[in-house]
Amino acid sequence: MNWLKTIWDELVGLFVDDISLAVVIVLWLAAAGLVVQLKWIPSDLQGPFLALGLVVIFMENTLRRARM
Amino acid sequence: MHESVMSLWPTVLASFLASTVEFVEALTVILAVGTVRGWRGALSGAGAAVLVLAVLVAALGPALQVVPLNAVRVALGALMLLFGLRWLRKAALRAAGIIPLHDEAAAFEKETSRLRGQGSAGGGFDTVGFAASFKITMIEGAEVVFIVIAIGAGGHGLLLPACLGAAAALALVIALGVAVHRPLAQVPENTLKFIVGVLLSAFGAFWFGEGLGIRWPGEDWAVPALVVVFALTALAAVRLIPATAPARVKS
Repeated sequence: MNWLKTIWDELVGLFVDDISLAVVIVLWLAAAGLVVQLKWIPSDLQGPFLALGLVVIFMENTLRRARM
Repeated sequence: MHESVMSLWPTVLASFLASTVEFVEALTVILAVGTVRGWRGALSGAGAAVLVLAVLVAALGPALQVVPLNAVRVALGALMLLFGLRWLRKAALRAAGIIPLHDEAAAFEKETSRLRGQGSAGGGFDTVGFAASFKITMIEGAEVVFIVIAIGAGGHGLLLPACLGAAAALALVIALGVAVHRPLAQVPENTLKFIVGVLLSAFGAFWFGEGLGIRWPGEDWAVPALVVVFALTALAAVRLIPATAPARVKS
């Protein structure tokens, strides 16, 4: 059964390497979902809004990791 | 999203490149098993794992059809973003020299040393070689299954192109493995991971948004636009890292 745990760990590792990156992405997606559902921003800007947040998260996390 | 040629080529490409990375890693261990323990155990272990994975795909594929498409897009879009941004971050850090590159030749040496220490199979069936080959094929193959399903389940008619991309990758890696008979150390793994990270992040953002009901500017054209945005962002990160990192680690 040890190999099953290894496969499970590998699968989880596909999505989660740096826990802070994974948590911030999930939080951003939840926030973006809320903003879209409540129509807080115009519909034409919702897609760019979602993408902009992901770009900022990626850049911040990558540069922070590089400084460590 | 209607499935035009424009949405099919990134599907095939992303599946092909991501699967190539995983198959190359599996090939390294299978070659090590075959070289040290013999090919019977190595190939039967890999074959058994492929059968198990085929059963999994046959079970999971139809199950996804009964879930509402928007729910599938939100869930898989989120998973693809976690996967894609993680690979993109690692590729950027490797490209900038912050973390060392993956070395298939070193992995091969490590695996052969480990297998030599496991004792001889004698005249009977080599269970050690079978288990090692089965395990690596299951691990890397399960990742390929996820990639294919994630990429293929985002829209109607995308599963087949995603499967074709993975099948082409498998055929290519097997052909190269048979031809060179040693680990594919020359495969530019980090470049592949960079491209796959960009494609999966773009697909993930697009499908997550579609699942939420977002109307993307340009509709399907948003996918190539997102590819450009994520690629430029990652390239900018590679350029910015030397200015922010205290010290670079040479691979």
